[in-house]
Amino acid sequence: MAARNVAMREAIRRALREEMRRDENVFIMGEEVAHWQGTHRVTRGFLEEFGERRVRDTPISEMAIGGLAVGAAMAGLRPVAEFMTINFAFLALDAIANHAAKVRYFFDGMFKAPLVYRAASGWGNQATASHSHAPEPIFAHFPGIYVGCPSNSLDAYGMLKASIRDDNPVLFTESIALYPKPSPMPDDLNDDYLIPIGKGDIKREGADVSLVAYARGVDWALQAARQLARDDIEAEVVDLRWLRPLDMELVYNSFKKTNRCVIVEESLPMYSFGGEIAANLQEHMFDYMDAPIKRVAAEDVPLPYSKDIELLALPNARKVVDAVKEIL
Amino acid sequence: MVYFPTDMEEQIAVIDEGKAMAAPSKEMLLDWYRQMVLIREFEETCHQLYEEKRITGVYLHLYSGHEASGVGSMAALRKTDHVITAYRDHGIALILGMDPKAVMAEMMGKKTGSSGGKGGSMHLASKDHNFWGGYAIVGGHLPLAAGIALEARYRGKDDVTMTYVGDGATNNGYFHESLNMSAIWDLPVLWIIENNGYGMGTEVERASGQIELHRKAEAYGIKSFGRVDAQNALEVYAVASKAVEYARSNGPAVIEHVTYRYRGHGVSDKQYDARDDMSAELREWVKTREPIKILRDCIESQYGDVSEILAKHKEDARKIVAESVAYAEASELPSSYDDLLSNTYVASELVYKTDQSVGAGID
Repeated sequence: MAARNVAMREAIRRALREEMRRDENVFIMGEEVAHWQGTHRVTRGFLEEFGERRVRDTPISEMAIGGLAVGAAMAGLRPVAEFMTINFAFLALDAIANHAAKVRYFFDGMFKAPLVYRAASGWGNQATASHSHAPEPIFAHFPGIYVGCPSNSLDAYGMLKASIRDDNPVLFTESIALYPKPSPMPDDLNDDYLIPIGKGDIKREGADVSLVAYARGVDWALQAARQLARDDIEAEVVDLRWLRPLDMELVYNSFKKTNRCVIVEESLPMYSFGGEIAANLQEHMFDYMDAPIKRVAAEDVPLPYSKDIELLALPNARKVVDAVKEIL
Repeated sequence: MVYFPTDMEEQIAVIDEGKAMAAPSKEMLLDWYRQMVLIREFEETCHQLYEEKRITGVYLHLYSGHEASGVGSMAALRKTDHVITAYRDHGIALILGMDPKAVMAEMMGKKTGSSGGKGGSMHLASKDHNFWGGYAIVGGHLPLAAGIALEARYRGKDDVTMTYVGDGATNNGYFHESLNMSAIWDLPVLWIIENNGYGMGTEVERASGQIELHRKAEAYGIKSFGRVDAQNALEVYAVASKAVEYARSNGPAVIEHVTYRYRGHGVSDKQYDARDDMSAELREWVKTREPIKILRDCIESQYGDVSEILAKHKEDARKIVAESVAYAEASELPSSYDDLLSNTYVASELVYKTDQSVGAGID
């Protein structure tokens, strides 16, 4: 199949632009999305094409951005609200967790809130502690909202389109480290290429160990799998893609084959993605379990500025390889 | 100390000067009376039902004392306008015409409640009445109001979003961010600050550096229509009418309604029993600034003896509320897992036309 390497930010831009062309109700708002052309350049050229009505610069007001999207969505629009980074979305946690996720429930289905919060996420680049978070599991804690975290360009494209078209609120994270990373997209991709919400994906097949991950964790898992293959260890890489709904069936099916699991995530280790996956596995797959489940996550510490100790805190392929070798 | 702003007379005089509204008709005034006695009867019944543990739950914030604030201001709206408020929402729901039976059933957590028993006292809403709901986090509904108003602006409609906000909420970030957003985007929101003197148990003077709360809006370049004696429905209506039309044509506006809560912050609030100064203050408000009496005096001074009509409205209110209680108590409680889980999400109507083989062959 003819394909071309595309950076994830380009794939996201293309998905957003196509959805805005397709549906007049879709608009984007956020800090620096219009005149500045987007902090991460995702919305480059949007102001020129769609104008100020549909590409709306906001003041630095995350609480209002978070809540305004809910009201606009309830009233019939389909807002895409960008948080410049997910660190700033903490300021909007009430709007996200108490309003976006709950307006449908506490009015018993009277309203819907078809909105997408986009947020750049991730650790590193000496951004220092308060700008270094991959806190997707915090947002996935709340029923009523979906959480999507793509690991490559094609997934980002199909997942974002599905998020915009779905009638539920979605928090969609975009790994800052993956923004510039090219990955293949087919040339004849259909405008309606949607990745179903809650459907994970096997990114690499293998029979010896399941590496369960999402977003940037998938990248580390794939690197580790290539290294392990040199030692004749075949790792299966399971990309959940969505933290909510969580495609545990996909994990179970892989685990039944491999009987071993290492969970890889960029997030912090306590009360985490890894904890959730491991808990489900021990409860439902106990009879298939041949070794302890291992978790590779960020170190349990705020991220420092200085380069060498910053790297110490982050997960990487080496740590994944080591974890796999401990349980084989 | 009796809470009542000392400069109120002066403020009202300023408002009077600029007032050129058509006076409400006799029919309108009588209907306001009907609405106000219905709210009072409903709220006092709720209070009693709470004391008798027939309404359970820890939160029940009553609108008794506030009636003229909602009745007078919403009389200035047209059908296509929007209304949103915080958790003191029963009166707002009744003014908009929600069925008292469904509202009372919601108080009791019944399946027949307006939110199916999932929302309770603080989460009343009705799509059919453009009532976007009561919300329970202080200030949390304010950006939602801006978003609802944005939809009107986005589609070129001139509907106004009337937004009630308590005095306490004017101190949190939602208020400031939402007012500012409404200003820079010219959103047709009428922000009505219902200042009843207390954010829960804290007096306005102890909570806010600026005690003329409407002036906070000036910081964002928003047109203020000042302070209104919100125990007087006619004053409320006169100012709201101007402000609604201003919001419709120009963008956001603010009014500060000075009012009082007769039943404390919520029904569990025992401050009025525990503190002599507060119970004296409450008695003073009831004696001198009772909204239903003020309206009644006004109607009678203009139209003479209408006592028969007023008595009929009171009797009807008693009947309607008694029927709502009977209906609610006879209704079924939600009890199944399906009741618990339903309406967490919208069932997806997305048709995934995706050919799953796309992308499968590439690495």
